Amino acid sequence: MKNITRHLIAAAALLALPAAGSAHRMWLLPSATVFSGTDSWVTVDAAVSNDLFFFDHQPGRLESIKVWQPDGTAGQLQNGATGRYRSVFDVQLDKPGTWKIGSENGGVGGSFKVDGVEKRIGRRGPPQPGAPAPLTVADIPANATDVKLTESSGRNEIFVTAGAPTTTVFRTTGKGLELSPITHPDELVAGEAARFRFLVDGKPAAGLKVTVIPGGKRYRDAENGMDLTTGADGVLTVTWPTAGMYWLNANLTDAKTNVPRATERRLSYTTTLEVLTP
Amino acid sequence: MRSSYLLLAGVIAAPATAGTVTVTIPRLPVAEYHRPYVAIWLEPAVGGAARTLAVWYDVKKGGKEPGTKWLSDLRAWWRKGGRSLALPANGISGATRAPGQYSVALPADLRPGAYVLNVEAARETGGRELVTVPLTVPNGTARTTGKTELGAVTLAAR
Repeated sequence: MKNITRHLIAAAALLALPAAGSAHRMWLLPSATVFSGTDSWVTVDAAVSNDLFFFDHQPGRLESIKVWQPDGTAGQLQNGATGRYRSVFDVQLDKPGTWKIGSENGGVGGSFKVDGVEKRIGRRGPPQPGAPAPLTVADIPANATDVKLTESSGRNEIFVTAGAPTTTVFRTTGKGLELSPITHPDELVAGEAARFRFLVDGKPAAGLKVTVIPGGKRYRDAENGMDLTTGADGVLTVTWPTAGMYWLNANLTDAKTNVPRATERRLSYTTTLEVLTP
Repeated sequence: MRSSYLLLAGVIAAPATAGTVTVTIPRLPVAEYHRPYVAIWLEPAVGGAARTLAVWYDVKKGGKEPGTKWLSDLRAWWRKGGRSLALPANGISGATRAPGQYSVALPADLRPGAYVLNVEAARETGGRELVTVPLTVPNGTARTTGKTELGAVTLAAR
């Protein structure tokens, strides 16, 4: 059992850790979030970049992206392709209700010293072909000193609705940082306040720092981001200045680690929200 | 086409209505014109469930897709009630209308009170507009005008 856990941790460490210490933003951009047809498809761009929502840095990785149907069961990602700067895929919304599309990433990063030489655990940045496999927690020798491990886990997910909205896909797991919407994320209107509850390990995330940034950065000077904080009940209130696509990101660092020897835990939550005109 | 005019004529014959809404679809001098999708609905002034009076869309579209694909472009209507309406809805759904004046009767079973009348139009390769006007039932009258996609919207007591 212990061995399996170790392997899982090792495998998780191989996943990219996009949020950790990098200003680059990972995003999923749906073609729309509200659908009325009987044969609706959503097409989604996945990329990593600074300016939202322009693909000019790295593509998102499709392997980790999953689809949840309105009843909570696994759905299908179709027509996936990865280009130089972006990945793209489709989801056929063949059942009415609210769908969730996204990924959960987790891993361990850090460093240790052997005979005074520092070694790194986990990969930094995207995978490079031909590069040696990064070291994992399992590679820490018994004589290692200065072991510093940081556990990280993040979610990046979007919600799209065919027909009337439903809430089954909002069910939380009680693990890590999660969104528990009060306002439905596919019912956002410019000028109206939306309320979202954030949970850490299933409990309200009070005082959580959340950044909300509108898309279209290339066509204005300022980033126009909103730096917001959740209340004692973990509830974030956002009033949307204009219609458009918004990138929302929340980060939290604490010491409630699950991985042995890790001293710090970094949690992140990212979503893209579409705000419509009244 | 003729049948839709007959339907309109039926409005006059209907007994005991709480009023009649008249909506004007303006003639627009554009190179590529498509008839707009239009939704007409009532919301209680104090808030509450919307009641759709009419939705005009590509109701006869054949093939795999029954013309509902672009209904969400009537954004406000879709959010406030359209999405939970089974379409086509008897007495509510209709084909898109050419520029002109059209009348829709308020339902006879409408309970007295204060409402907001909403008319929303969205046009392919064109704009979208939402016009709202408060009204009271019964015996209320109201009048407003859209700016781009809609002309005069009026309510007569009969």
